[in-house]
Amino acid sequence: MTRSAFRLLSLATALVVLGGSSARAEETTIAIDNFAFTPAERTVKAGTTVRFVNHDDIPHNVVLADGKVRSKALDTDDSFAYVFDKPGDFVYFCGLHPQMKGEIKVTP
Amino acid sequence: MKSNKKGNGVDRRQALECMAWAGSGLLWTLSGGVPGARVIGGAEAAASGFSFVQISDSHIGFDKPANPNALGTLEEAIAKIGALPNKPAFLIHTGDITHLSKPQQFDDAEQRIARARLETHYVPGEHDIIDENNGQAYLDRYGKGSKGKGWLSFDHGGVHFVGLNNVFDLKAGGMGNLGGDQLAWLADDLNGKSASTPIVVFAHVPLWTIVPEWGWGTQDAAEALKLLARFGSVTVLNGHIHQLMQKVEGNVTFHAARSTAFPQPAPGTAPAPGPKLVPAGELHGLLGVTSVAVKGGRGPLAIADSSLAG
Repeated sequence: MTRSAFRLLSLATALVVLGGSSARAEETTIAIDNFAFTPAERTVKAGTTVRFVNHDDIPHNVVLADGKVRSKALDTDDSFAYVFDKPGDFVYFCGLHPQMKGEIKVTP
Repeated sequence: MKSNKKGNGVDRRQALECMAWAGSGLLWTLSGGVPGARVIGGAEAAASGFSFVQISDSHIGFDKPANPNALGTLEEAIAKIGALPNKPAFLIHTGDITHLSKPQQFDDAEQRIARARLETHYVPGEHDIIDENNGQAYLDRYGKGSKGKGWLSFDHGGVHFVGLNNVFDLKAGGMGNLGGDQLAWLADDLNGKSASTPIVVFAHVPLWTIVPEWGWGTQDAAEALKLLARFGSVTVLNGHIHQLMQKVEGNVTFHAARSTAFPQPAPGTAPAPGPKLVPAGELHGLLGVTSVAVKGGRGPLAIADSSLAG
């Protein structure tokens, strides 16, 4: 078995375990295009996985304004997923280009 | 102090008089904060005093259509520096050495720049601090002898040079940022220097606000400029915007250099910044290096931009 196939299998197992122990996880995507998060504001339910996908030719990252989360740099087509499990309003920005801002509103 | 296009925002009294396209670049001089028109020839640049060269935004590792060979154009820039009739005293690199802060990218840049056989002073761009440890890779490599997060100063030929880091710890919705620690260090560094000492400040992101919505400016630059206000001749050299732009305000001359990797759109001509794809034949004319000649004593400094096409 190749290493990547093994990883996939591990991931699948992990997902099955997760799926079995909690409510069905939802996922939503925020695109990074032309130095902007799109949509800039999104409301999700607690427990939702938000995936940020960079479509630019320039790397970006995702930093929560409260300083608790900082993604690695996302090169073109890289993505970063984070589970928003607590209700509240979460402002985030790009740590390289801080004029790029967005907000995830998490409802119970 | 907002300037939306090249050469804008300079009033008549302070106007920089455009001089001449002297072969490879537009030249102008600055003496005691008063700019004057003057034609410069290649051999004249370092007849006395010294010169140094600024390179910027080499983005080693960038391989997108705007320039699939950023390493090759850096090599061309270094070759151009090596061919200068008067050997520069040193180089400064105003950041975005690499595209993604990877060790191989730093290695490749370092090997190419070493071919110039010149001491090189670096400040980081935002692309140089995106390793897993938020800039530690840059500091391990280039931070020796610097303070804090890589800021530094040195003296050469009667000129005081200050390298600043305005890409660390950026705040949501803001632009470049110097921060309190660095400003306190700057105040201390300048303390006791005679007002007649020419000062050259270099940093990645421009220290004047060009386009706030593109992040082309530095949030707390005004604090630094206050500390520099008493000096008769201040030259601020930046990169980040990948195009030539200049502005004179009082005794301070601001100058942004070309990239050696790829151009970016002029303000107002595109919805966002980022690599600008141009016809292949035009790329080299939009990349380049900047030479600065210091005539000794209190200046003047002559800034000459030359493209890789020349």
